[in-house]
Order: sequence, then structure tokens, then C-alpha cells
Amino acid sequence: MRNRVIALYTALGLGYAFLYLPIVLLVIYSFNASRLVTVWGGFSTKWYGELAGDEKILNAAWLSLKVAVMNATLSTFLGTLAAVVLVRFRRFPGRTLFTGMITAPLVMPEIITGLAMLLLFVSMELTFGWPEGRSITTIVIAHVTFSLSFVTVIVQSRLAQMDISLEEAAMDLGARPAKVFLVITLPIIAPALLAGWLLSFTLSVDDVVISSFVTGPASTTLPIVIFSKVRLGVSPEVNALASIVVAIVSVGIVIFGIVTQRQERERQRSATAAAEDHAVEDHAAGHPRRGPARM
Amino acid sequence: MALPSAKPQVFAPWNDPEAKPLIRIEGVSKSFGDFHAVNKVDLDIYPGEFFSLLGASGCGKTTLLRMLAGFETPTEGRISIDGVDMTSIPPYERPINMMFQSYALFPHMTVAQNVAFGLKQDRVPKRLIGNKVREVLDLVQMSRFAERKPQQLSGGQRQRVALARCLAKEPKVLLLDEPLAALDKKLREQTQLELVNIQDRVGITFVMVTHDQEEAMTMSARIGVMNAGSIEQIGTPVEIYEYPTTTFVADFIGTANMFDGVVSLEEQNRTVVDCSELETQLTVGHASGVAVGAPVTVMVRPEKMTVQREKPDPRINCVHGVVSDIAYLGDISIYHVRLESGRKVQVALTNLRHTSEQRLTWDDEVYLTWHPANSLVLVQ
Repeated sequence: MRNRVIALYTALGLGYAFLYLPIVLLVIYSFNASRLVTVWGGFSTKWYGELAGDEKILNAAWLSLKVAVMNATLSTFLGTLAAVVLVRFRRFPGRTLFTGMITAPLVMPEIITGLAMLLLFVSMELTFGWPEGRSITTIVIAHVTFSLSFVTVIVQSRLAQMDISLEEAAMDLGARPAKVFLVITLPIIAPALLAGWLLSFTLSVDDVVISSFVTGPASTTLPIVIFSKVRLGVSPEVNALASIVVAIVSVGIVIFGIVTQRQERERQRSATAAAEDHAVEDHAAGHPRRGPARM
Repeated sequence: MALPSAKPQVFAPWNDPEAKPLIRIEGVSKSFGDFHAVNKVDLDIYPGEFFSLLGASGCGKTTLLRMLAGFETPTEGRISIDGVDMTSIPPYERPINMMFQSYALFPHMTVAQNVAFGLKQDRVPKRLIGNKVREVLDLVQMSRFAERKPQQLSGGQRQRVALARCLAKEPKVLLLDEPLAALDKKLREQTQLELVNIQDRVGITFVMVTHDQEEAMTMSARIGVMNAGSIEQIGTPVEIYEYPTTTFVADFIGTANMFDGVVSLEEQNRTVVDCSELETQLTVGHASGVAVGAPVTVMVRPEKMTVQREKPDPRINCVHGVVSDIAYLGDISIYHVRLESGRKVQVALTNLRHTSEQRLTWDDEVYLTWHPANSLVLVQ
């Protein structure tokens, strides 16, 4: 029995180590005083200070954030429209083609999407002079093309699960179609919209391959800056930057966990309440004169 | 099974040639591709009526209801309400509300918000909305749960909220799509009468779709029996059970023993049918309206037969057989009697005496008789 427990904990420890040891090492080395990455030279926070003064990295981080927010918002909007069309409009010419094409970017190799985007932007610039060079505009457009499909898939499945009679009931009670969408459909599929937004945000912040084709010298995203810095040898500054990103993500995950747990508890409480009422109602059903409301 | 109509007998606007129908369905058809879901239906429903569309699943009753609500457009024909043609009027402008089978309560709103939804769409002043919400929630005894979310309610409570939400708008017509199908048996029986009482109090015309004949008979003033997209018969529960006009209705409502034959004698209040299968003649106490020699079906309900062991005399409407199966249901027992031709007939006897003994047992030879007035000729 004791051996079994030890074996289980060892397995658990190995699992955690496999997943998180690299990150822990990264964080530890971000506090290394030495310039050499592999040699421990004592504790220091100087790389964080240097990072704060590195305008190139800060600019790139700010740009990445802007791109991510714009991309997530735009993708969620367009992706939701596509999902609504696919689920609610049963028949229209070209429906099958649209269904296939909307998800194509999911399976398309990124390098091809990136190259295609670059070719498009260059030829567009040559023809009508827009977009001028590689800028935040081109990055956002490129990111939206692939994020959009993820949002569509998520929202589509949520919409398909939704009871269509909810929309019919709202219409029956006097709400026009546009209003039905805003006050009934949208709140019900909101969790899917949020999930789609967060996923697009993450995909955008993370993207290197497509971004490397559509970024210009004046507008470089954070992953590309890190990538190019690392090619000249890993600098402890990059470690510090990575640690900050890890910290932000961890805080986000912890908050998300707490919120879901609280919701789950709330849901269970209400389920219990309903079950209790149901028992009362069953009892009342035997005595037609006594309604459940009076008990 | 043959419960009397819950409505007072005096309420019968369909017999009054002066009465103006509230809902007028004229030659309405609906096709989905090659499939005719509803086929040339004509139907008038009167103000204050509780009307049921009864039929098996796929008979077109729900499609007809959805056309009334405006979710489907008729391929042919016309629907008018209170004299207004509904063809080009969208669901959100019709003076009709529908209670969905799934209840369709908005999960992100409280009970009170759900009930207020329809009134808000009509831009009713806030103060009046509050009063109305309270009033209808009181009516369905759900005031205590006004601040709950639908997922915090049991099935029966959700049903009440769905009803309240429809009633709040005071529609001219309330459509109910299998309103009680999701409830368990005890609760369903209680709710049936409650719904009828509420309908009586608010005076709104109810049109209900159901596949449950007991439910339809308990609640409705009139029933329209549907089969394969058409209405087979419209009538009060008593008319439909006692005087079905087609073999389908006779078979669908309750149980019917049916014997095929040809008319051999036709008088003013008597029809004699030659029944080759039974090798005897059956006498029915009314005129069939068809010529001698025409093929007809004689229908007798199981509870309208009498059973005896001795050969009766005179032998009018008498068949002979052997008890092959007994279903003891407590209040009644149903005997399956195998006739000489191999055909099985059902007889229902009320268990009047408090006893553990059955009057008849397996393999007993019995004679079944019935009075001519208790049978019916159905023209095929």
C-alpha cells in the first residue's frame, strides 16, 4: 500500500516535471546575475530593469497586444456572422462550398498562408497603393484570416446546440428578428463568443510563422523580436521577458479557475433547490387542492 | 375513457349558425418538397373554445399549429383570425401566443423577466408590466419563484411559467404544443384540470396539439382528429368516441371491435349487415345511408358488449368464442375472446364486486351480445 502511494506520487512528480521544469528553469535564470545563460552568477533583478529600458521590446509587446485585441474582436465578429449563417440559414446557393472554405485555414500549413498573404499584400500595394508596406494593418488582416475559422467552429457548435424554439418563442412574444438575436441568441451563445475571443487573442500573441511574412521593419510583434534575439544567442533579458509573460498567464488561469469553481457551486446549489421543490410538487400532485406554491 | 367534456353542455357555438368563428382555416395545405404535411384542412374555431388537434406523430398537427403561429407559411389556403387574413403577418405581429413543448424559457432571465418579455416588446409602461407579471404569476401560483432562473425550477414549475408568459400578453388565441408531455403521470392529470380552469377564468381561446387521447378528451370542448395531414373528424369528445364517422377515428379513439360486411337490408332506423366472416347478420340501430350491397364496417366498443355463458335467445347480434386472454386493470377487466373464425374481439367488464375471483377464466366458452343501438355502421 505504502509503495503504491510512493509510486503514484513519483509518477505525479515526473509528470509535473515534464510539463513545468523548463518553465521553472527559465524563471530561475531570469534572476541570474551572470550574462552567461548557463552559468549561475548569483541572484539579481537587473535584467528586469534592463528590459524596462529596452524600447524595442516594449514597443513590440505593445504592438502585439494591440494586434491581439483587434484580431480577437474582429475575428469574433466575423466568425459569429459566419456561424449564424451556417447554422440558421439551412439552404443558400454555395452553402457546401462555404462550409468547406470557412474551415480551410484550420488545416492549411501556416507557412503557405503566410506566403500567400505576403504575395497578396505586395500585389495589392502595387495595384492600388494599399496597404502601404507591412504594418499593423497587414498583421491584423493576416491574423483574422486564420483566427476567424476557430471562432466560427466554436460558435457554430454552440448555436447548433441551442434550442431553436427559444428564438421562436421570443419572436412569438413580439420581438423582431434583429431584437431576438440581440437579446436572446447573443446572451445564450456569449460563452462561446468569449471562448472564441480568448482563443483568437492567444493565437495572435503566439503567432510567429504568419507574422514573419507580414510584419515590416517598423512594426514587429513580440514573438518575432524574441525569435530574432534568440538567434543571436539567448540573452537573460529574454528570460526576464518570458517570465513576465508566464506570470501574466498564470494569474489569468488562476482567476479563470476561481470563477468557474464559484459558478459550478452556484449551479449545484440551484439544482439541489429545484430537486427539493420537485419533491414538494410530487407530494402536492397527490392532493389536487394543494398547489406547490402554498406549501 | 369516455369522460364527459369538462365544459358546460350549453357552450356549443359550433352549432349556432349565427356564431362567428375566431379562427378560420380555409383549404390550408403545407408541403415540404413532395411530402404533404397538411392537406386541404378546413376548420373553424370559436371564441372561448378549448380545441384540440389530436393525432399520431407525423400527422401534421404540429405543422398546422406552427402555421397558426406564423412559423410556417401555408403552401395553399388562407388562415384568418378575427376576420384578419394572417398570410402576410409575421409571428411577432400576430395576436397569438404559443406555449412550446420544450417550454422555451429564456435561461438567462428570471421567471419575472421571462413573463415580462412579451409586454416589454409591446412597450407597455414599466409600472403596468410589474402589475401584470404579478397578476399572472399569482394565477399560476408561481409568485414565490419570481426571482428564480428557469434551471432552478422543476418541470411542473417551468410549465406554469411558460403558461404565465403567454397569458401575460392576453392574446386572442393561445397555442399549446403538447403542453403536458414532459410531466409525469400524476402531475399531468392534476395539471390537465388546472389548465382547463385557468382557460375558463381568462376566457382566451386555446388550441392544443396532443397525441394523448385521454388528455384531449379531458380538456377539450371539441377535438379534431388528424390523420396523414387531413382532419378525419371534428366533434365533442362524446361525439368522437360514441359516433366516429370513419374507421380510423373509431380505431384511434379508444378500442373498437370492427366487422366488415355488406348491407343486406336498409330501413329508416335499422341496417342489417351480412357479415361473411362471422357467418351471421348484424343489426345496427340506425340507417347507414348507403345502398343495399355496399361494403360497410360494423363497430362495437368493448364496454358495450355483454358476456354470458348460456346461449342467448333470440340471437340478435350474437357471436360465440373462447376467452383467450384476460387483462385485469383493477377497475375493469378486458377479455380477449377468440371467435370461431380465429378473429379476436375485446370485451370490457367493470369489476363491480369486491372479490378476488374473476367471473370468467381462460378457455371459457362465451356468447357476446350487444344491443343494435350500441353499434355503428361505418361506410368505407
